[in-house]
Amino acid sequence: MKKNVFAMAIAACMAASLAACGGAGTAETTGAQTTAAQTTAAQTTAAEAGETASAEETTPAETKAEAEAAGGVLVMATNAEFAPWEYYEGDKIVGIDPEIAQAIADKLGMTLEIEDMAFDSIIPAVTSGKADFGAAGMTVDEDRMVFVDFTDTYANASQVIIVKETSEIAGSADLSDKKIGVQLGTTGDLLATDLAGDDNVERYNKGFEAVQALLQDKIDAVVIDSAPANVFVEQSQGLKVCDEAMSQEEYAIAVAKGNTELLDKINGALKELKEDGTIDAIMNKYIPAE
Amino acid sequence: MWKNFCDAFYLNFIKEDRWHYIADGLAVTLQITLLAALLGIAIGLIVGIIRTTYEKTRKLKVLNFFCTVYLTVIRGTPIVVQLLIMYFVIFGNSRIDKVPVAVLAFGINSGAYVAEIFRSGINSVDGGQMEAGRSLGFNYLETMLYIVLPQAFKNVLPTLCNEFIALLKETSVVGYIALQDLTKGGDIIRSRTYSSFMPLIAVAMIYLILVMILSHLIGILERRLKRSER
Repeated sequence: MKKNVFAMAIAACMAASLAACGGAGTAETTGAQTTAAQTTAAQTTAAEAGETASAEETTPAETKAEAEAAGGVLVMATNAEFAPWEYYEGDKIVGIDPEIAQAIADKLGMTLEIEDMAFDSIIPAVTSGKADFGAAGMTVDEDRMVFVDFTDTYANASQVIIVKETSEIAGSADLSDKKIGVQLGTTGDLLATDLAGDDNVERYNKGFEAVQALLQDKIDAVVIDSAPANVFVEQSQGLKVCDEAMSQEEYAIAVAKGNTELLDKINGALKELKEDGTIDAIMNKYIPAE
Repeated sequence: MWKNFCDAFYLNFIKEDRWHYIADGLAVTLQITLLAALLGIAIGLIVGIIRTTYEKTRKLKVLNFFCTVYLTVIRGTPIVVQLLIMYFVIFGNSRIDKVPVAVLAFGINSGAYVAEIFRSGINSVDGGQMEAGRSLGFNYLETMLYIVLPQAFKNVLPTLCNEFIALLKETSVVGYIALQDLTKGGDIIRSRTYSSFMPLIAVAMIYLILVMILSHLIGILERRLKRSER
């Protein structure tokens, strides 16, 4: 009797995993073929049916009205703990990425909807079609390019080291046997792991938690993108940013692999926004020229 | 499909020795669970005895008050918040190994639930047992230790088992303090490979297997203890 139950449990598990495999497979292919139009059409009908599963900030009535007036809803995945690129101001997500995304949505005649999630969930959200694109100060990176397509870049960035003012650490050469705090899944995480090894890297869910741990002397340094690093140092006492830039990176928007229609649309909008100076204006608003 | 499966398996576990994240994480999870369970039993036993003693004899009034406060606070706040308070507030401004911090947080948390389990267990033992013990010349503590508690323990074993299963699964939130347990191990792989299926299912399976083993062991122990009833 007991053995039978066990065998059945195993069989059920296997069936479930096989089914899930198949599901994942189809999701991938359809995900790649799904055009923005299809996605938005689905969302519009959902809004019309009065189902507001993903309506976070807008009320159902608004979503419906706006979706009908414009070309549909564009869902952006981001991690709103990354000032000045994206962060909460009151209950609204603001920053460079949301403003650029809003400008793109305006160009395309669509309504922008922002979904806040953990940084390491953004790419899975885009590949599985939960969001149309990811904009979160995301560095164009070969490993990521296997899973998503990147638009043209819209900003330059670098990874820097934050340390206490009294620290002896002056650059990446001093980091080899130090405890380094990072945000899970960021380029800083990958850099620090290569530099100091797995055992010396502490991966926090949020960038500010790593900085908090640094303030409490739990770790020796934090590796993070330059713009947020400057914000963190400004907002807390006794921290400084090392002069050395550990890498040169470029930020871009991520869309699902093979979704060339949306990719081309965003690239077109980005080009116009670069030419008419909108992007520079947004950047200067959040990061005053040094 | 089989090839896809193999490729995904290679990418998530074999490439760059990623299975290490799962294996090392499993070791951390087991370590925290085991030590926290021991701490929880110790705290729970003491608090449980104090509470029942107060209920039965109206002694230990002050201690009982503190125990009630402890139970209210610990059972009234989420474990994640307790863990973060332990790490960023109580042990703020100090460099400390994170495993003991987690053990302390989970042990103190589990102790509150174990205390109530023990209290109900002690109450389930017939009052006549205590009277018989006392009339044979044992004092209160001796009667408790030699006569009441062994019977109580047998009664609460299944509930206690549930508590440890819950504890094992609850430790999955230690990633909040950047401790790399089983769940965080899966998360790190996910952040590197951007695939959700393999790492999450692998982590879930390991938890499931651990819980099944734990239930099985408790089952054996329960049958052993039942023998004395015949």
